[in-house]
Amino acid sequence: MAKHETPLLDQLESGPWPSFVSDMKQEAEARAKNEGNVEYQVAQDNIEDLLGVLELSYNDCTTHWKHGGIVGVFGYGGGVIGRYCDQPEKFPGVAHFHTLRVNQPSGHFYTTDYLKKLCDLWEFRGSGMTNMHGSTGDIIFLGTTTPQLEEIFYEMTHKLDQDLGGSGSNLRTPSDCIGEARCEFACYDTQDLCTHLTMEYQDELHRPAFPYKFKFKFDGCPNCCVASIARADLSFIGTWRDEIQIDQEAVQAYVNGELKPNGGAHAGRDWGPFDIQKEVIDLCPTGCMKYENGKLEINNKECTRCMHCINVMPRALRPGKDKGCSILAGAKAPILDGAQMSSMLVPFIKVNKEDKYAEIKELIENIWDWWMEEGKNRERLGELMKRQGFQKLLEVTGLDPDPRMVQEPRHNPYIFWKEEEVPGGWGRDINEFRKHHQR
Amino acid sequence: MALDYEESKEKIVEALQKKAKTKSKFYFNDLSKILEAKPREAKKIVNKLIEEGVLEYWSSGSTTMYGLKGMGKQAGAEHEG
Repeated sequence: MAKHETPLLDQLESGPWPSFVSDMKQEAEARAKNEGNVEYQVAQDNIEDLLGVLELSYNDCTTHWKHGGIVGVFGYGGGVIGRYCDQPEKFPGVAHFHTLRVNQPSGHFYTTDYLKKLCDLWEFRGSGMTNMHGSTGDIIFLGTTTPQLEEIFYEMTHKLDQDLGGSGSNLRTPSDCIGEARCEFACYDTQDLCTHLTMEYQDELHRPAFPYKFKFKFDGCPNCCVASIARADLSFIGTWRDEIQIDQEAVQAYVNGELKPNGGAHAGRDWGPFDIQKEVIDLCPTGCMKYENGKLEINNKECTRCMHCINVMPRALRPGKDKGCSILAGAKAPILDGAQMSSMLVPFIKVNKEDKYAEIKELIENIWDWWMEEGKNRERLGELMKRQGFQKLLEVTGLDPDPRMVQEPRHNPYIFWKEEEVPGGWGRDINEFRKHHQR
Repeated sequence: MALDYEESKEKIVEALQKKAKTKSKFYFNDLSKILEAKPREAKKIVNKLIEEGVLEYWSSGSTTMYGLKGMGKQAGAEHEG
């Protein structure tokens, strides 16, 4: 028998999709039975209370969680988010129900043994409820009390070799795609760069001194599986600067129906025979491809890396050989200002493991110095870029303007000449000018 | 020139106590303004003040603020002061 009646939540279970309500009920039941004889360190029935408070919120159409709090582990300003219920008498199991962000392994690779250990720890010292993975990418532990925080942190750092993630006005847990480990499109080792920068910027990750949050995300190719272009203050997107590699025999195999387009995806319906003209050439956004006399040609200079042709015919087309990444800056979700996509900052940079990514780190630190000094409270990098101008960003990063930074002509003309950059400055010899131009 | 820790501590505590009646939580930027220092220099001092328990973090999850330890409503209300 459930502790609280939850008719509104029960209704959520009747839809066609798996419901989080069912998951919560399952966990509540497992905790009540306690077949593993766990010595629960927080209320055994906290999931019951969580269901109760959620039902109450659905009835009242308002939240019963207070805003933030003063919890954390010693020396860390992030990773723990204080959550307190404003109906603690009715729902004592969730009176204190803090969230922990756990830094996910790069590319989300872990062994089942490691996962079990994490879950065992969380059953023991928390609610047992997790969110794998939050939109941040972290492993999220939902619901524990303040006295458990240091205990959990000790166990994680000393026995599981695991750290907390970022929250608050911090560098957030860097997040990347599976990269070269499983994907042949990856143009650089996303996991190595992600791990390296995570370790390098520990102080920024754990001790908040930024105006607001700051996110790095790493995509191995322009398919952008991590959606870094839409979600990260600095997006690292794999690309190439030579030519798309073409295997003409494989192109023929696709045309003749010997190879399935899109690696056999969308095969649930009969789309008719593969038509390279209709499905690839005509869909190229820059019209830089042609297929004539059984030969596929690409005008690589016009390619904008949309990846469509490569995705449709992965056996025939591959990214070029001279690989690296583009760095874009300023994406954000709509909180203070509207949503923004990242803007191109560095069209191409070699991702150089040998010098420990020195060039990339220099760029990052220049950006941070600017934003830390000039950014207003709760202003994201993208908003500062809009307020002070892209030109200012180029100045602080020491980069030269490049046509590829312009989204479209005459739309965002943010690069202006300064007097010192122009030979002779703004002054001119009027007599010389009049020789060629009438009044 | 590196900031003197004791002097900086005094400055921060004094400034924060002065505003205590109206405000108990401050942005990092407010602290670096009090110290009249660049953010990276100020951060070293602020980290140490946290370590010593003079200041404490407050976090909403998205934004982090700083306050004198034990000041403000929450510490008492949640019995964690």
